[in-house]
Amino acid sequence: MNDQNSKSASNGPHGLNLSEMQLAPRSNTRGEFGSPGLDRPPLVPPVHRPHRELASPHSPVLQQLAFSQLQYGTAAAEMLAAHYVRKSYRKGAIVIPVLQGVEFSVNEGEFVSIIGPSGCGKTTLLHLLATLDAPDSGEICFERHRIDNVPSAGRDILRNKYFGMIFQFYHLLPELTTLENVLAPAMIGEGVLGYLRRRGAYRERAREMLELVGLGHRLRHKPRELSGGEMQRTAIARALVASPRVLLADEPTGNLDKHTGDEIMDILRRLNREQNLTIVMVTHDGRIAAQADRTVTLVDGRVVAA
Amino acid sequence: MYKLLLCWRYLRTRYIALASIISVMLGVATMIVVNAVMEGFTHEMKDRIHGILSDLVFESQSLDGFPDADRRMAEIRKVAGPYIEGMSPTVHVPAMLGYSVGSQYMTRQITVIGVDEATYASVSDFGQFLQHPENRKKLGFELKRNGYDTIDHQATDPSKLLPRVDMQGAGWDYRQRKARYMSNVEVKQGALEGNPFQAATTGTAGDAATNGTTANEGGTRFDPAAEQHTGAVLGIGLCAYRTLEGADGFLALPGDDVEISYPTAGKPPKVLSSKFTIVDFYESKMNEYDSSFVFVPIRKLQEIRGMIDPTTKIANCNAIQIRLKQGVDLNMVRDLLRSSFPPQVFKISSWQDKEGALLAAVQMETAVLNVLLFLIIAVAGFGILAIFFMIVVEKTRDIGILKSLGATGRGIMGIFLGYGLSLGVVGASVGLGLGLLFVRYINEIADLLGKITGQPVFDPSIYYFQKIPTIVEWHTVTWVVLGAMAIAILASILPARRAARLHPVEALRYE
Repeated sequence: MNDQNSKSASNGPHGLNLSEMQLAPRSNTRGEFGSPGLDRPPLVPPVHRPHRELASPHSPVLQQLAFSQLQYGTAAAEMLAAHYVRKSYRKGAIVIPVLQGVEFSVNEGEFVSIIGPSGCGKTTLLHLLATLDAPDSGEICFERHRIDNVPSAGRDILRNKYFGMIFQFYHLLPELTTLENVLAPAMIGEGVLGYLRRRGAYRERAREMLELVGLGHRLRHKPRELSGGEMQRTAIARALVASPRVLLADEPTGNLDKHTGDEIMDILRRLNREQNLTIVMVTHDGRIAAQADRTVTLVDGRVVAA
Repeated sequence: MYKLLLCWRYLRTRYIALASIISVMLGVATMIVVNAVMEGFTHEMKDRIHGILSDLVFESQSLDGFPDADRRMAEIRKVAGPYIEGMSPTVHVPAMLGYSVGSQYMTRQITVIGVDEATYASVSDFGQFLQHPENRKKLGFELKRNGYDTIDHQATDPSKLLPRVDMQGAGWDYRQRKARYMSNVEVKQGALEGNPFQAATTGTAGDAATNGTTANEGGTRFDPAAEQHTGAVLGIGLCAYRTLEGADGFLALPGDDVEISYPTAGKPPKVLSSKFTIVDFYESKMNEYDSSFVFVPIRKLQEIRGMIDPTTKIANCNAIQIRLKQGVDLNMVRDLLRSSFPPQVFKISSWQDKEGALLAAVQMETAVLNVLLFLIIAVAGFGILAIFFMIVVEKTRDIGILKSLGATGRGIMGIFLGYGLSLGVVGASVGLGLGLLFVRYINEIADLLGKITGQPVFDPSIYYFQKIPTIVEWHTVTWVVLGAMAIAILASILPARRAARLHPVEALRYE
């Protein structure tokens, strides 16, 4: 199965891949990362990605994240996956099961939407994928490496450099200007000196991203001076500034009118198409969900066959 | 980097937090002011005490003293010669001062100090506190013709003082004027002697008798218009009073005669009295000294007390004042001397030992005040704690956002610790500025408060300082400022930890 995967190009046949992934046996040993992946021979040369430079190569966490991946390279394979994930919340004595063995994966370059009624656990799943929360059981894998059990410092780096997130309520920092909000991931990922040294480059990158979402003229505005659509576009620019591998979007249009929502969807689709950005989007709106390559339906904490 | 940026933005947008550091600010300012005043007060007082007391005092335990000061001084020099700048023998005796003001006879309890004119200036700043400019240059026990200060020469701002009108013309001018006047009003000496009734009945015979006694007294008559008794320098408090306007008035002036009753040497001491002429006033601004010390020439005191051996002509003295060279450790020399002379006979003490209780009291006061004021800053710390908790709650969602962007718990903690530190820095530096300004203008402020309340805040007549003395000790100021910052950081630790431990998902959901 791996041979077939690796021969295909990076935007290869996702459906096939997914079904195979779901059948693949997983190692549950904690601390061992993607053991099946590591066995594979290096078939594709490593792809140069600028964001790799953001991370310090000396970080033990990143070493733990198995950079062997870089050496071996991956084909258009599974980017992010949840395997048999269960999650429940506890309210006093009552345990509320939210996710009951969810199996989900997204391939590189794929635009997947997760749809389902309110309370079905889609946002929880997204949070688990983003390592903001840990599953009760099951695994979250990023590029075939288990990430849900990585120490928190490693998860912080993942969120900072590998995942971009956008939210229904934009979640911009009200004290910072548009430009500073977009720069926030870079500031978080770098020390003071490192940031100041590369400040020019980062600002350039942030400006590019803002121009990409059509906000090049509003760099100095505070979030409260922006409209909802503009705030969401700022949030997208912020999510993209560190050149993430995956964009995780939580109801990105949920708080916007139809027209503005469509603008946002246009941006997301364009990013997916032009930059081959992997996107996982959570929504309850079927019309929005339909704009993705593939839709996964979640009902009562389980994936339902479409 | 985001920590710095957010700290800065929070600092600039959250005015409520600035309110929380006002107490820190006030605490710092108060501590600086109190320390400066206490330090100034201590310094001024030490200065005064040290001005009159020499560095070390070598005293005999007995009031009769020890013979041959020169030999003792040679011995002292042998023990601690290299450290000694100068020495001067003195005689200290408790005594009683009396002088007449109109029909009243004033008595004061005093200490008479016999000083050696030639050497005393080398062991203490005694001369600086005298009222005649020439005496300040070189001490002399001769009455000056006139020219005594009418304005306190030690005052930093003489324009604010009322002149001492009485001092105008004090000296020989005054003495001669007074003598002329007294010769007219004075009842002839002896006029009342004998039986007045007898004089009345016998008529001219009595007159002849009184005339005879006057003429025969001591062979020569003392003429107050041309002669003076041995000079004495009186503490200014012994005959000064304050008028309602706040000026200094004097009951006696340089040129007046006083009587000093003193115990003689020997067993048992008898009380004798001698006349002295006031030649100057001594104003150290230490009330205790100014109202009890009278300085006279040592030779005269030794003579009248019978401290001079009639055969050898060697005089006793009961103390040797020692001044040490600059920078020599006082206590070291004291201990060196103590180990060389028998403590049963000689008491060797430094000027600090002499006023130890007073200095210790001031030090104690300063320490207690510092503890109390620092507690105020600590209380302010709890204010910061409370407001920080509120800010963390308010910023819960922002914390979630930062975490979702990959900020570490430590980073989040850093934001709030940094915020606490910057509040502390702002509070402490504004407090520092306020405190220093207050210290700089403390007298103007005291005047203003006095004007508003109608009650003088600082009454110079009590303290003998014309203005509130202040010294800013940078060492203390540094500690105060650092302490305030430390408290601000300590108070932000708990909220910062809470922020760091917030669960990102819960924080993001927080509305």
